[in-house]
Amino acid sequence: MAMPEGWLTQLPAPAGTLEPVQRRGRLALSEDSFPSRRQESWRLTDLRRLEALFQLSLADQRPHHFSADSWPSVPQQSLRLVIDGSQDPLQGVILPAGISLLEGAELQQALGHTLSRCRCASDWPVELNHGVSQQILALRIRGKVPPVELVMVAADAMLVPTRVLLLVEEKAELDCLQVLSAKGQAAHSHLLEIHLGQESKMNHGLLALGDGQEALLANLAVEQESRSHYSLVSVSQGWSFGRLEPSLVQVDGQASASIHGLSITAADEQFAVHTAMRFEGPEGTLDQVQKTIAADHSHSIFNGAIQVPRPAQRTNASQLSRSLLLSGRARVDAKPELEIVADDVRCTHGATVSQLQEDQLFYLRSRGITQSSAAALLLRGYFQDVLDRLPLDGSQRWLGGNLQMGGMTS
Amino acid sequence: MIRPDAEPLLEITDLHASVEGKPILNGVNLQVKAGEIHAVMGRNGSGKSTLSKVLAGHPAYRVTSGSVRYLGRDLLDLEPEERSRLGVFLGFQYPIEIPGVSNLEFLRVSTNARREKQGKEEFDTFDFDDHVRDRLQVVQMDPAFLERSVNEGFSGGEKKRNEILQMALLDPVVAILDETDSGLDIDALRIVAGGVNQLASPDNCTLLITHYQRLLDEITPDYVHVMGAGRILRTGGRDLALELEKTGYDWVDQLLAAEGVS
Repeated sequence: MAMPEGWLTQLPAPAGTLEPVQRRGRLALSEDSFPSRRQESWRLTDLRRLEALFQLSLADQRPHHFSADSWPSVPQQSLRLVIDGSQDPLQGVILPAGISLLEGAELQQALGHTLSRCRCASDWPVELNHGVSQQILALRIRGKVPPVELVMVAADAMLVPTRVLLLVEEKAELDCLQVLSAKGQAAHSHLLEIHLGQESKMNHGLLALGDGQEALLANLAVEQESRSHYSLVSVSQGWSFGRLEPSLVQVDGQASASIHGLSITAADEQFAVHTAMRFEGPEGTLDQVQKTIAADHSHSIFNGAIQVPRPAQRTNASQLSRSLLLSGRARVDAKPELEIVADDVRCTHGATVSQLQEDQLFYLRSRGITQSSAAALLLRGYFQDVLDRLPLDGSQRWLGGNLQMGGMTS
Repeated sequence: MIRPDAEPLLEITDLHASVEGKPILNGVNLQVKAGEIHAVMGRNGSGKSTLSKVLAGHPAYRVTSGSVRYLGRDLLDLEPEERSRLGVFLGFQYPIEIPGVSNLEFLRVSTNARREKQGKEEFDTFDFDDHVRDRLQVVQMDPAFLERSVNEGFSGGEKKRNEILQMALLDPVVAILDETDSGLDIDALRIVAGGVNQLASPDNCTLLITHYQRLLDEITPDYVHVMGAGRILRTGGRDLALELEKTGYDWVDQLLAAEGVS
């Protein structure tokens, strides 16, 4: 497996704000080897699907076609920004008080800082994004601001690179729903950096909706200062090939984080969630639940790393991975990875893999509910708590409260 | 209430059934008419609960021979959900917990499935709310249980009340109550039994599966059947239950030994 020869040279010449980053990324892509299944984090990946990304056209200045007609309206007093990798997402937009553009020297100083703190700046999908991203949306958040919806779209068999940086200042509060949508065998390469200042709060939802034939590479890097709170709720479905990698670091301790994820796979899809949480100071907390539903002969992967080095005394972290197999041919690989050096900590982890319970199905059927409705009701019971956590009423607005699973609506 | 001219609702004839290849029912015969309450008693392993699950259509149980007619239909030919919609109700010995599924939503969906079959208008969310609150009184149940997940975190008594609440909502023609008395204290037993008595009518019938006489102090059966080795060994009136209370089931062993059944 390799990147096709000449792929890098046909990219647009490095230019604009991201020029140094583009040069760095392209150099890394040319010098570093393509991911291999000998590497632990790629061990289970279908690399042919990663390689197929290079067959796509790169979204640049040519607009690609997506229909916004089916999108739900934005909640009142919320800001929606549409990012498609080519157009300026701020064109014609008046930013509300508290949200401002980060530019010039400030931007250059912030760019990549969180990636380095999260130790993921040199990861292959990050370097790919470095190499191909043409623009960046960088926002500074001050005080309590209106909710923000970031809609990222990919269509027309294009690889759409997007990069976002959010600088959430001390005591600021932000509710943000990110929607990564793709159709027409397109792909996303998405990179998001979030810096949370002291005592700030961010409620972050990520709704990743493919159409069955699309690909997603999404890396989130989150840096938390003390007494900040970060909540991530991710829901993904419909990706032929997907890799979602949230990396969090609490740099001075005394911060709290929660991660709730739901990934749904069907047909022959493969979707991987790799989370990494690093506590660098004392008294940090993490509450993490990752749920997976795998139907048909799909493959779902979860890797949850938690690092608690010596300074991170009195860390309190819990991680639970729950997987539901809807078919005998579906596959789930779940692996917690706890690295604990500090001695006064509380870290718990657990992983379950199960199928729909026959007794529960029969109980519902014995009350007049058909087999398929009973299964849908049980599935809803399994995932509803995750959907309910999405900010900006994301579940109702974008999904109508429903999810599709292997031909079943729940 | 025994009425010789009443319509037979359930007719079980020479029913044989097995689970995981092991025969459990070995020729059950039973006819239940409208208005009647039947008690089925017997030791653990006598086949009582298996009979209830077979009647409700549990997929783990395989009927190997015999027939069950329900309102003139072949009951065994119907899926579990179809049996429920047509008025067959099984009150579970161990009601199942379903985390994440709202009890109220579950009750509404199942009630509407039954009402549709009865040719009645389905309830919308608001109408159902009024209806279910009215029916809660049958079992003196706290409305707070409607907001919780189905049976999750309910005590044994609360689960059984929730079963009888479902019976009150589904308006069954044949109600099979599998050890509804187990795990109940005396007050809860009276409330649950009171609910069953309220719901019994000349148009429906009840099959009470129980180990103990104490349920029959609260619900007076028209017939008492004693099961052993997967069939009904003896049938009598309510006096039979009182006799069992005194003599126990030793005679069952003697009877089966005389027949050469261990």
